[in-house]
Amino acid sequence: MGAPATSVETESMANDPSEKDPASKPPASAAEDKPVAQKPPEPPKAAPVAANPPASPDAPAAAKPGIPPAKPAAPAPAAPAAPKVAAPPAKEAPPKPVPLDNELVQRLKTRFGDAIREATLDRKQAIVTIAADQLREISRYCRDDEKFDMLVDLTGVDWPKREKRFDVILILYSFAKNERVRLKAHAGESEPVPSVCEIWPAANWLERECFDMFGIVFEGHPKLTRILMPDEWQGYPLRKDYDILKQDTDWVRENLGIESGQ
Amino acid sequence: MSDPRTTELTNVSTTVLGADEIILNMGPQHPSTHGVLRVKLRLDGERVVDSECIIGYLHRGVEKIAEHRSYQQFAPYVDRMDYVAAVSNGLGYCEAVEKLLGTEAPIRARVVRTILTELQRIASHLLWLGTHALDIGALTPVFYCFREREEILKIFEKYCGARLTTHAFRIGGLQYETYDGFEQDVKRFCDDFAHRIDEYETLLTENRIWVGRTKGVGILSAADAIALGVTGPVLRASGVKWDLRKAMPYAAYDLYKFEIPTRETGDTYDRYVVRMEEMRQSRLICLQAIENIPTGPIMARIGKVLKPPPGEVYHSIEAPKGELGYYIVSDGTTQPYRVRVRPPSFINLQALDKMARGSLVADVVAIIGTIDIVLGEVDR
Repeated sequence: MGAPATSVETESMANDPSEKDPASKPPASAAEDKPVAQKPPEPPKAAPVAANPPASPDAPAAAKPGIPPAKPAAPAPAAPAAPKVAAPPAKEAPPKPVPLDNELVQRLKTRFGDAIREATLDRKQAIVTIAADQLREISRYCRDDEKFDMLVDLTGVDWPKREKRFDVILILYSFAKNERVRLKAHAGESEPVPSVCEIWPAANWLERECFDMFGIVFEGHPKLTRILMPDEWQGYPLRKDYDILKQDTDWVRENLGIESGQ
Repeated sequence: MSDPRTTELTNVSTTVLGADEIILNMGPQHPSTHGVLRVKLRLDGERVVDSECIIGYLHRGVEKIAEHRSYQQFAPYVDRMDYVAAVSNGLGYCEAVEKLLGTEAPIRARVVRTILTELQRIASHLLWLGTHALDIGALTPVFYCFREREEILKIFEKYCGARLTTHAFRIGGLQYETYDGFEQDVKRFCDDFAHRIDEYETLLTENRIWVGRTKGVGILSAADAIALGVTGPVLRASGVKWDLRKAMPYAAYDLYKFEIPTRETGDTYDRYVVRMEEMRQSRLICLQAIENIPTGPIMARIGKVLKPPPGEVYHSIEAPKGELGYYIVSDGTTQPYRVRVRPPSFINLQALDKMARGSLVADVVAIIGTIDIVLGEVDR
């Protein structure tokens, strides 16, 4: 631990602790310069009784923490003389989505071919972009063959400037693999998306909410009505072109008897 | 429909009533709905044939507000979703944004966060226990539960000045150092709390009325729970040993030893037992954590202006009510492009219909209580 401590300071910032890998717990937490300094107190976790170990045996280690906060602060920006980009590394390395090509993606590709548009890894999280018309088949495959038995969440994102403005996002979780995957399908404004209610009943309310907020129509949903907004409300509040101050004035006047809810 | 995992999807309002059937409206103002929830029940005598939840009365457009605030400005809003577990909401949000930034809070901050979040879990479960027992007709526990909850709220108040909507954490760590005597306060509470739980149990666990009202009521099988996306104590009471604190550790949970309590039947009584045991486990986590709070900074080095690089992240925590997730999309500006909250109450409430069918109308009160919902989170 001591050896890497110095050299790690710049590059260790790269990694955020792996979400999917419970094995790499304590060391992986060296996310930034400061935790490096604190590593010493961490190991005694096994024996929580050792309340005051920093006292004497770790005296050198305990002394260090006092210094490093100053040390990395200076070297980090000063060191960039070295080829490494030192100043912004905390923000540079993880956030870039990179192409993903693991076994799951390969199996999906062999089975569904072109329907798997793109697979990326963003902040260590797998995202698979798929063709919307194949959503139900791919979902069924993910549940039955890949054991993604729980639909964690289903939601939308609006990108009004894009040709197909909506992202429909499904977050799946597999108990067997302890892993998540995110399915993403693009949908146009008047383009229905297949409902996955019959695959995961959990989708029922989630799709209703997505319809309520974005106006995305889920084909095959047993009862696609508004869920949070009033039934007669006009407009879809989470669309980007729906201003935050906007409201259905007629509805407010009629039902609340006031001119404006603002 | 042959698939056992699929539940029949219903539509109360358009179904034709049978000869002996009536429609009964429960709520939106009803003492046992824990807020403004309206449940439309189709009854055959005393039996529930069908049910439908009507929600949205507390909808404030939290996700829309998020798109018009900076990352830090939005943090206080999340406290107002599950307002009886504000600390947990804050933890989930702060960690999600940290992940989006590619940074992490220092270890000291993470340990303090863990302690406060576990105290919050106890407080949330206590509120649940008190009101749930009250719904079923046990008037005493609520007074005891509030007594202990008060102690936790006092710790919060001493720590950050607020009791309910605490905004205890900041993106990147903590705003405040722990106060002098923080460890002693937590320890005193935990020591005291051990026999307090036993006290609640003497009131309820073997109480014949309690057992009669909860055993075999609102059974949810493991397969149904998973298919419906149910998480948290409700899922564990159905026999699925799954807890995000173990499955995908966050904060400092990987440093502490604790058990995941589970039960088999998945009825209201089991959910009660699971939550009681969870409080004991939370107490153990707090005790382990205060033994050795690492020293060091409480705030990571992040700028005052947060501009996460474009991209997206999903991060979730084990909130008292289940998996609380934040899906955040950044477009590289100071304001999030999209914040989606995965509310455990909302998704667990969907299982109400499955649990309530075939039960008596009085049991619906017990079932709503046992799911442990907060309408502020259901409606957002």
